[in-house]
Amino acid sequence: MHKIGVFVCWCGSNIAATVDVKAVAEAASKEPCVVYATDYQYMCSESGQNLIIDAIKEHNLTGVVICSCSPRMHETTFRKAAQKAGLNPYMVEIANIREQCSWIHKDMAEATAKAIVLARAAIAKVQLNKPLIAGESEVTKRCLVIGGGIAGIQTALDVAEAGFPVDIVEKKPTIGGKMAQLDKTFPTLDCAACILTPRMVEAGAHENITLHTYSEVEEVSGFVGNFTVKIRKKARKVKMDLCTGCGLCTEKCPMKKQPNEFNMGLDKRGAIYIPFAQAVPKVPVIDVEACLKFKTGKCGICSKVCTAGAIDYEQQDEIIEQKYGAIVLATGFDQIKPTKFGELGYSQYPDVVTSLEYERLMNAAGPTKGHLLRPSDGKPPKEIVFVQCVGSRGQSCRDKSYCSKVCCMYTAKHAILTKDHYPDTNIHVFYIDERTPGKNFDEFYRRAVEQYGVDYIKGQVGKVYEENGKLMVQGSDLLANEQITLAADMVVLAAAIEPDKTARSLGTMLTASMDTNDFFTEAHAKLRPVESPTAGVFLSGMCQGPKDIPETVSQAGAAAVKVIGLLTKDKLLGNPCVAHSDEMLCNGCSQCARVCPYGAITYVDKEFRVPGPKRVETRRVAVVNEAVCQGCGACTVTCPSTAMDLKGFSNRQIMSEVDAICK
Amino acid sequence: MSSVNNEREEILRMSGVDPTKCMKCGKCSGTCPAFDAMEYHPHQFVSMVNKGNIEPLKQSNAIWQCLSCFACMERCPRDVKPAKLIEAVRLTVIREQGMNHLESENVPCMLDPELPQQAIVSAFRKYSK
Ligand SMILES: Cc1cc2nc3c(=O)[nH]c(=O)nc-3n(C[C@H](O)[C@H](O)[C@H](O)COP(=O)(O)OP(=O)(O)OC[C@H]3O[C@@H](n4cnc5c(N)ncnc54)[C@H](O)[C@@H]3O)c2cc1C
Ligand code: SF4
Ligand code: SF4
Ligand code: SF4
Ligand code: SF4
Repeated sequence: MHKIGVFVCWCGSNIAATVDVKAVAEAASKEPCVVYATDYQYMCSESGQNLIIDAIKEHNLTGVVICSCSPRMHETTFRKAAQKAGLNPYMVEIANIREQCSWIHKDMAEATAKAIVLARAAIAKVQLNKPLIAGESEVTKRCLVIGGGIAGIQTALDVAEAGFPVDIVEKKPTIGGKMAQLDKTFPTLDCAACILTPRMVEAGAHENITLHTYSEVEEVSGFVGNFTVKIRKKARKVKMDLCTGCGLCTEKCPMKKQPNEFNMGLDKRGAIYIPFAQAVPKVPVIDVEACLKFKTGKCGICSKVCTAGAIDYEQQDEIIEQKYGAIVLATGFDQIKPTKFGELGYSQYPDVVTSLEYERLMNAAGPTKGHLLRPSDGKPPKEIVFVQCVGSRGQSCRDKSYCSKVCCMYTAKHAILTKDHYPDTNIHVFYIDERTPGKNFDEFYRRAVEQYGVDYIKGQVGKVYEENGKLMVQGSDLLANEQITLAADMVVLAAAIEPDKTARSLGTMLTASMDTNDFFTEAHAKLRPVESPTAGVFLSGMCQGPKDIPETVSQAGAAAVKVIGLLTKDKLLGNPCVAHSDEMLCNGCSQCARVCPYGAITYVDKEFRVPGPKRVETRRVAVVNEAVCQGCGACTVTCPSTAMDLKGFSNRQIMSEVDAICK
Repeated sequence: MSSVNNEREEILRMSGVDPTKCMKCGKCSGTCPAFDAMEYHPHQFVSMVNKGNIEPLKQSNAIWQCLSCFACMERCPRDVKPAKLIEAVRLTVIREQGMNHLESENVPCMLDPELPQQAIVSAFRKYSK
């Protein structure tokens, strides 16, 4: 016969303001097997936990029910308290009377009645709980970072410095990400390449870091501490070990008409190319779509000029498989192409550009060698109009609902840099709100206005059209209550940022949850900002939400700390609430293995004694690998013979809860 | 006060517009081709109706100068639909006076082969209830 204690928490006023906690304790005390019931202001506090510990000892409790917040918050806290008192931690059940009751109801009588029902269900369940012992699993002491932008590089360096091997998988031919494309960086205006390149080189040379560039993740299986990942290393058609990075092949390639991605398509590259001078690794790739050798079988010039014999037209994609204890997502972002905003003329006029294109037009290594020249006729622009918030903060189908966070600042940066180099240029910025909440950020923006005389106009642009060789920009000046039209030479659109397009498929592969905008979601918005809700998966940089470089680097470091914390453990305690198949009921139909997302179920042929002359019979039955099972329960609901059951959430336990609710 | 409030509610109901969605970006007024002819501009309609300051709008020439081109509605990033608000204010005026500015029986004699069909539809939207 069980002896059950029930503890009803007020959660300050969070629960007590809507639920009559005394009435819940009183009602619970009348339930079968309940020998002790009480209420307390904060059950999770030290004194609250002591109350539980003392009650377990004093009343020899065999089961505990806590009516409190969601088990996601404090299940572990209360399990640990029970363990301290000598009770198996899995003899604790939580009735969630906060998120699922007090927070969503207004009427006290209704909420109290519901809380009593929830408590009753938990009491019914705990009577069927069995003491469980968590198994242990090994931790593979290796980390995978997906994405080699500044976020991925920083996380990798920090983890590698702590002594753990790290692999970076980067889909482009080089690491560096968007930061490599930037000119100078706000708010200090240091050159992006000057501060990024040393990090790229360090990552490339670090004894604990392996780079897989021009590679993508194909398949992920396993779980925290034990992921198995298949990586596709795309054929560069150049042997990494032989190439010296001299670049001769890229100079001699006759197919120089390919849009250069690194310069946002503003100039051309060859079919064999190194994205930029500081690329890591500095090894070219052949774009087989563009290469004559692959299209016609002729040419082969690069192979002829390469003295190192590094060109290998026969090279094939390679799949490698590796085990990891932790995975970091650092897939970053892209800037939208504002083609849906027909009124702004991006698709129509070459001198309407995005801000990332503008970065390249200002950069010394860019298509104009650092001279600001407009794309249409190569003339220096004298009147430039910047438009902020293009595609951000909206609710129409063209817009992202969020603020892209970095564009107010980089637009001020573009204005300052332009004025600095070309003081006779006139700059106008259409803005809705000027958002500069960061250290030295507002001061930076004010410098644009006060020191450089940039004309900030509160309003938005309605349309851009061409007249006499000028881009006519019609917009509102809300403070003057006027509609104005400016004659510009160039228009720069601060287009919204969005997560990398591959993020969603990675999210699915890793069961890492995402929001509706395809940013990865954190396990807790405030308290666990660099962890994904999926154990062992961490978040770094823009893939979690818009942020600038300082914030990206801080988050990257935080993610590294979490990874190190995991990898320093030798073993992880598993979750004992896993599936288990009853051999006597199982008919080996294979349904469960098909639905198990973790591949935890296998089948064995087993001999069973049967009545009759044959005496034994061989049957195929399911076996669950407890170290791999995550206790999701998919198999238990699929099994047609009710052979599969989940420890801690058995069919009987759930039915007893339902019975208690319906009583 | 309460009649003013009722008028606000009625205009919002007729137009289906939620003016609190406006982020005061000014895209509508940056777009409007009739801006200079209107003493109150699309973004002002949104904020003035929201504040219940409707009388000046009803007295304005702007409600007749608006072209009903719906450019403001098309471009508004927050899906506020200022043109619908302007239309609703105009309809309030037409209804108060108890008369249509355009009766369907008068249309045939005004027809002109050059006239785009859309102009007739637009005129009905503007001048009759
Ligand atoms: C125009 C502009 C100007 C800016 N100026 C500044 C500034 O002055 N100062 C500042 O602080 N910030 C600035 N920023 C913001 C800055 O660019 C970002 O904060 C920073 O680049 C984010 O780094 P990240 O590593 O998270 O993302 P990224 O730089 O996007 O890196 C992500 C990497 O992951 C790779 N990747 C993506 N998907 C996969 C996949 N499935 N598999 C493998 N690899 C993948 C990508 O190829 C890329 O290399 C600016 C942004 C823009 C758009
Ligand atoms: S492939 Fe050969 S020619 Fe090309 S960069 Fe490498 S070593 Fe130089
Ligand atoms: S950061 Fe500034 S420009 Fe960018 S979306 Fe936010 S408010 Fe608009
Ligand atoms: S509908 Fe009226 S207010 Fe809106 S843009 Fe057209 S003319 Fe201007
Ligand atoms: S365009 Fe829309 S959000 Fe912007 S001011 Fe006009 S009504 Fe408001």
